[in-house]
Order: sequence, then C-alpha cells, then structure tokens
Amino acid sequence: MEKEKKEFYERLEKKGASRRDFMKFCTFLTATMGLSSSFVPKVAEVFAAPKQRPPVIWLHFGECTGCSESVLRSQYPYVDDLVLEVLSVEYHETIMAAAGQQAEDQLHMAMKKYKGKFICVAEGAVATKYDGGYGKVGGRSFLDIAKEVIPNAAATICIGSCSAYGNIPAAAPNPGGYKGVGEALGIKTINIAGCPPNPINFVGTVVNYLLLGKLPAIDDLGRPLFAYSKTIHDQCPRRSHFENDELVEEFGSEEAAMGYCLYKVGCRGPETYNNCPVAKFNDGTSWPVEAGHPCIGCSEPGFWDKFTPFYEEI
Amino acid sequence: MRAVENAVGVKIPKNARILRNLLHGAQVQHDHLVHFYHLHALDWVDIVSALKADPKKTAALADNVSNAPWGGSTYFKNVQQRLQTFVDSGQLGPFSNAYWGHSAYKLPPEANLMAAAHYIEALKLQARTARLHAIFGGKNPHPQSLVVGGITCVKDLTPDRIAEFIYITKESQEFIKNVYIPDLLAVASFYKDWGAYGGTTNQLAWGDFPLTDQEPESLFMPRGVVMKRDLAGVQMAEEKKVSEHVARAWYKGNGAKHPYEGETNPLQEDPKYKPGDGKYSWFKAPRYEGEPCEVGPLARTLVAYGSGHKQVKAVVDKILTDLGIPATALFSTLGRTAARGVQCLVIGEAMQGWVTELVENIKSGDTETYQSWDMPAKAMGVGLNDVPRGALSHYLHIENGKIKNYQYVVPSTWNLGPRDEKGKRGPVEEALIGTPIADPKKPLEVLRTVHSFDPCVACGVHVIDPDSNQVYKVKAL
Repeated sequence: MEKEKKEFYERLEKKGASRRDFMKFCTFLTATMGLSSSFVPKVAEVFAAPKQRPPVIWLHFGECTGCSESVLRSQYPYVDDLVLEVLSVEYHETIMAAAGQQAEDQLHMAMKKYKGKFICVAEGAVATKYDGGYGKVGGRSFLDIAKEVIPNAAATICIGSCSAYGNIPAAAPNPGGYKGVGEALGIKTINIAGCPPNPINFVGTVVNYLLLGKLPAIDDLGRPLFAYSKTIHDQCPRRSHFENDELVEEFGSEEAAMGYCLYKVGCRGPETYNNCPVAKFNDGTSWPVEAGHPCIGCSEPGFWDKFTPFYEEI
Repeated sequence: MRAVENAVGVKIPKNARILRNLLHGAQVQHDHLVHFYHLHALDWVDIVSALKADPKKTAALADNVSNAPWGGSTYFKNVQQRLQTFVDSGQLGPFSNAYWGHSAYKLPPEANLMAAAHYIEALKLQARTARLHAIFGGKNPHPQSLVVGGITCVKDLTPDRIAEFIYITKESQEFIKNVYIPDLLAVASFYKDWGAYGGTTNQLAWGDFPLTDQEPESLFMPRGVVMKRDLAGVQMAEEKKVSEHVARAWYKGNGAKHPYEGETNPLQEDPKYKPGDGKYSWFKAPRYEGEPCEVGPLARTLVAYGSGHKQVKAVVDKILTDLGIPATALFSTLGRTAARGVQCLVIGEAMQGWVTELVENIKSGDTETYQSWDMPAKAMGVGLNDVPRGALSHYLHIENGKIKNYQYVVPSTWNLGPRDEKGKRGPVEEALIGTPIADPKKPLEVLRTVHSFDPCVACGVHVIDPDSNQVYKVKAL
C-alpha cells in the first residue's frame, strides 16, 4: 500500500497537482459527505490505491446526457483519473469507444464477468406504456434493459432527476408513460437528484460505497443526507436579505446588482433540498442564485410540473 | 428565449448581447473540443497501437507537428506507461471491445500515442473550459442566467469575474491553436481519402453571434444556404421556406407543415420499426424548399466560406493548402471534422475581442443587463440559432397570454431525419452511400461518418440494427 501510495503521489505531481491540493480535495469531499475529519486519510486511500477498479455499468434511458456531462466536469478528481484510475467504466454509451453490436456485446460480457459486483449508474427515465415502446436502445426497451441489468448490480445509483423521479420526460402530458427507475421497477433506489446534479454528490456517494462498503444514508426520497438534508433557502448566502425584506423585484435592477433575495422573482430555494450554495458547481465557481437566477428546484420530484411558471413567487 | 423575445418584441441590452455571445462561444469551444478528442478521435486513432510507439520518436513527431506546451520523450513515456498499466490491469473500461487493430486505422504507433496523450490532456482541459459557463451562468451543464429580456448575472460583471473568464478562454484558445488544430492536420494527413466520402448535397446555417441588434446583417457566423454544392452561389436562408414532413415519422398524418402550423401528435400505439414504406422514426423530416439540408459546423463553415467571410476563409484556405486538397473535398467526412476546428479557432479568436468590447462598454458606464417586457395577449415569434450541432429554430404561438403552440426544429432532426413522402433521403443517409467498408462485421468506416455529424440521438434511433443486418445493407447501397 505504501509503495502504491508513493507512486500515486508521484503521478499526481507529474500531472501538476500537489499532494496538498489532493488532500484539500479529500477534506472537502469528506466534509461534503458529512464524515468526520478522521476519515480524510481513508478517503484519500480510495483514490490512491484501488486494488481492482470497481466496475461500473452506466445505462442511458430517456435523458439529455447532461448528468454524464456533469460528471465529465469533475475537477477533483479530474475526470481522467475518475475514469482511468478510480473506476472501471465498462459500459457508457457516450464515452465508450465501441459502438453498435460491439457495444451490446460489451454490456453482456461486463454483466457476466462482474455479476453481483458492479455498480449500476442509471441516467434517464424509463418509458412504461406500450411495452416501453417510447424508448429503446438497439431494439430493446429501456424497461427490459433496466430489468435485466439492475437486479444483477451490487448497487444502483440513479444519477439525475430523470432516473430518480421521471423529471422532464415524465412531465405532462407524458405520452410514453415515463417514470423514474425506482417507480418503473418497483424498487428503492439511491437518487442523486438534480438537473443535472453536482458531480461532487455523485463522487461522494461512490466514495462512500468504496470506503464503507455501503451506500450513504438517504432521505425518504432516496437522496443522500450528506447532500440533500437542508433546503437551499436555509444555506443561502442571500438569506439575510430575505430576513431583512430586501427583495429583487426585477432582473437587472439595482436590487439585483446588490445581490438581494430572489424570492419574489420565483426562487424555489425554500422548497428545494440540495447543497448547491455550499458545494457550488464547476470546482466551486458559482451556482444559479449567485448568477442572479432564482433556484428552479431541479432536485425535487416533479419539479417541471410542480414549479412552473418559474418566475412567479411561490 | 429568442422566440419569446421575438414574439413579445423586446430588444436586449448590449451587455446581455455580448454576454450571450461569450457564453455561446464558450459552448462552441467546449463542445467541439470534446467532440474531436472524446467522441470522434477513436474512430481514427488506435489507442492500443500507442503501446507499440517509441516515445522518443513520438516526442520528435510532436515537436514537429504541434506547439503543445508539454512533450518530450519522458512525457510520452509516462503516458505510454499509464496506458500500459491500464491495459495490464485487465480492465479496459471505456476502451473495451472496440475495433482496435482494424485495417482502416492508418496512423503509425507514434501518432496514435501523441493523440492518446492529447485525449487525456483535453479531458482535463474541457473541465476547466466548462467553468466559463459557471462564471456568468452559475453552472455547466445547463447554465441558468439567461432570461427573456437579457441576463441575470448583473452582479458578476466585476473585474475579477471578467479576468477569470479571460484567463480560461485564453487557456482554451491556446490549446485549440497549439494542440487541436495541429492534431487535426496531423491525423487528417493520413486520411485524405476521406475527403471523397461522407458528403451531402445541401447546407443550411441560420448563423449566430449578432454583433449589433441587426439580424441577420450583423451575425458573425452568417446565415445562408448552399444548394447543390454551389459554393459560389450562397443564398440568404429564410425560415418561412422550412417545412417538416411526417410521412415516415411516428406522428399522425402524412403531410408537411411549416413549424408555425406544426403538430406533435405521436401515434398512440406501440411504435414498432416498420421498414419499407412504413413509419420508422421519432424524428420528423425537415426540408428547406422541399430539400434535405445538412446543418452543423460544416454548413456554418461552407456558408461563411462561400460568402467570403475573412477569418473563416483564411483558416480554411490554410488547411486546404497544408493538406493539399481542393475546396470541393470539404463536402465530406474529412471536411466536417475539420470544420469543427475552423469554428473553434475563428469563434475563439473573436471572443477575445468580445470580452474587450464588454469591458469598454462597462467602463463607459453602461451597466444595463435586462429590458423589462409585457406578455401580449396574442403573438407569434421565431428564434433562429446556430448552436454547436447546427441550425436550431424555435417557433412560438401565444394566445390569451399562454403558449398555444411551440415547435422546434433541432440540428439532429435535420441531419438524421427519415425520408419524406417523396422518398428523399436525409443528410446522414445520403452521406453513408459509397462508404468503403473493409469488414462488414466491423463497420468502423460507418462510425466515422455518423460520428462526424455529432448526432444527438438520445431521442432518436439506431442507424445500425443488428437484427436486420442493416450493416450489410449500408454496403449494398
């Protein structure tokens, strides 16, 4: 282990990341996961020296691939490490080099080889009406694929609000009968909600699994408590403006320029559970409210039907 | 948003126009980079062959063809070692079961190693490039600062945020100039024969990046159509000449309609694939004056080139000279893949000027970012865009202050749409005709052309149907 660790840090340095940067990330991730700081070295080990990279089968159903794109923006660990050195992504339609029959064969080979051992990541909602006729890959319905793959996984993580709750594919009038994976299959799933979710919440969930051998504690909507236990409103840096009745009534106004509360222009922060104000997106660059836009509540079930029209006060 | 703005009659402030152009430009930089390196390169680059490369020779090759900031034999040795460790682990991950060793791969091992190294560098860079959206849009993907009437990120128009944006866009542009374009030319030089395959007949671009509030006159990427490959005869494109056909699509009816009159009535039955004269796709078939048109980076580049766009013409002519191929070879898979590089380089350069324009405008005291507007009881509006994948148009009909009809015609419908009632083929189907296939069971060559369109088929259909031996059919056509 020591030798592997040493090699790992040498690799990191060659790539321009210092051991200190790496530990900073591990500390941040450990805090995001809600673990005590004594776990930091263990979290570091998950990235430093995997014996065998945990196999991942990533399924795409009815979605826009925004969740995959979100994970591709992961900066710590950089996505090349995540894909080449932490996980073994055996099947992922967007990034895999194989296509067509080769890709189908790869899915089946990986399922056989890693039966009961792979992590299944599901992205997208599943069409349930007309025998799943409104959503197919390679002539097979999403529903059939989900039923074949998911029961063979060690754990299934639903990434994004579509696989978690149906989201936009399931929004009215929903002719294809789209549903979240859990509802479509009648199973409980762990849901990394968001449209798309912050990659840190996905990475945190995976690390939790690799580190402790189990998925993190979840709320009654399947969302990991480490990320989704508080409302946006309760963590919002603009909260004091809400308390002081300092509210934006029009975009581009003086109040908007002063960073006042966006409640009156439709912010769904009070009804939305997520860690956006704390974790922020793209290596902590910003998040929607910081960019002056009200939260649209994208990590809540049925947000598209429930929260529109977006710019009206709740 | 542009469709709503058109319908309600609101003109956005100058700062909003520039910021939208910058966000869109960042999208182009990011999208084309990721497409070239991560979604398309492995159709041309045999990553497994890179293990056989001599790192010293690779370093010499890289010094010769690119201006990458990293290199040298130690660097390439490390990359090769990383790949070797990866292969030795027995877990090939996303590289499992592809067409490695296929006879259609033409690069020597050293070029494959160089490309593999840059694949990894680009994977890192794109995560940083995506931060451009987060700076003024809160996050990427799905930035959230755009609203009807302008933008919301008024609080981010500060020197530190703008400086951060400048820094990252410069870093991305340096990569495009010094690594992406040289890689493109190096790889293309081994695949010049692909200048003869994968072409289509007609090209349509709505154009984008308005430099004033006058459209289409001020669009940096111009609007136009090139019909029948007549580069000298570029005509203005008019949205009223667009229709969508549903004869072969899983929607009710058989006719063609302008999108303002368009309907989305899916067949309420199990939509089974019916070859022959039946319906077989969720895509409608968009047509311009009744003709299919390719949209995307190649269409944008050809419309600009044919219109004499100074910057595009300079870059395209340089590429043609370097590769020693004629302009007619642009109508091809090679041309389409090169066009992405052209767009990246030209738009990326223009962005540097747009940031300066933004700074000057703010310095002059203009801090407007939003124009208020009222919802009319009744209105119609159209928004024409040219996003990385190509021409995108939204059509909106408002009645009683609510949406009565909303239709959009997206790039992948243009490119991958099915036949119309006259049996005319869509662009991708046309492009595949005549593709040489070395091994029908491993149709790598088909992937090259299909991937060159960057299809968004999350909602589409598979081109290759393993059950119906479609692979062989492609060859027979």
